[in-house]
Amino acid sequence: MIRKLVIAGLLALGLGGMAWAADAPTDPQIAHIAYTAGQIDIAAAEQAIKKSQNADIIAFAKQMEEDHKAVNDQALALVKKLNVTPEDNPTSQALSKAAADKLAELDKLDGAAFDKAYIDNEVAYHKTVNSALQDTLIPAAQNAELKALLQQGLTLFTEHEKHAEMVAAKFQ
Amino acid sequence: MRILKVAVMTAMLLAAGTFGAAAAEYTIVIDKMKFGPVPPALHPGDTIVWRNDDILHHSATARDKSFDLDLPARSSATMTIGAAGEVPFYCKFHPGMTGTLVITP
Repeated sequence: MIRKLVIAGLLALGLGGMAWAADAPTDPQIAHIAYTAGQIDIAAAEQAIKKSQNADIIAFAKQMEEDHKAVNDQALALVKKLNVTPEDNPTSQALSKAAADKLAELDKLDGAAFDKAYIDNEVAYHKTVNSALQDTLIPAAQNAELKALLQQGLTLFTEHEKHAEMVAAKFQ
Repeated sequence: MRILKVAVMTAMLLAAGTFGAAAAEYTIVIDKMKFGPVPPALHPGDTIVWRNDDILHHSATARDKSFDLDLPARSSATMTIGAAGEVPFYCKFHPGMTGTLVITP
């Protein structure tokens, strides 16, 4: 299951490199993956806020930054409460590497080309994260509070996906 | 004696509701990306406390623009209900969150 997540994540980020994690992620691994996925979108948002001049893109990016920070703050509070230490794993590492490469790729673009590439990636990225949450991370989570937070994340990120699609439609 | 009589009459009038029904106060709770139940018997002049218990920033925004309340995480805001009618509302930050106020005269 987690292998599918890695593949989907890398494909969404437009990269072909592969890294594998063991099947059936544990709660500490799930917490790390979810937190990493949030940080990736925050970094992408920060880049967009810095580079874009488009009001729709900037508003969307600010929303992503605020929402993902809120969820990640909640995730940190939860792991602290549960006395769980998030565990780095090949999925998190692969996602981080792919995201760093994507940031570098987008950094070379400007104006409308950047805006389109950013928002298209946001659509693909949220689709991937939502599929991973639904099919892998939520079913695998053992702790009820972690599962509930992931579920709330899925509801929120589904909103983000729709929002990204609406913005992306303006750039087609 | 006269003062006592006036006081008794005032109390009777109040008890009988002669001065009209008092405006009610209701609370709509927002949590986990959802608006909670909307009170079913809203009337003009009632107040609604929008209480955002969520970890996310939301808004309570009327489609007809009659209200637009900013609701940072774990905050609340109060509004007085206006004219009768149906007022659909949503969160402008997360438009999938919706509801409708049904206000009767």
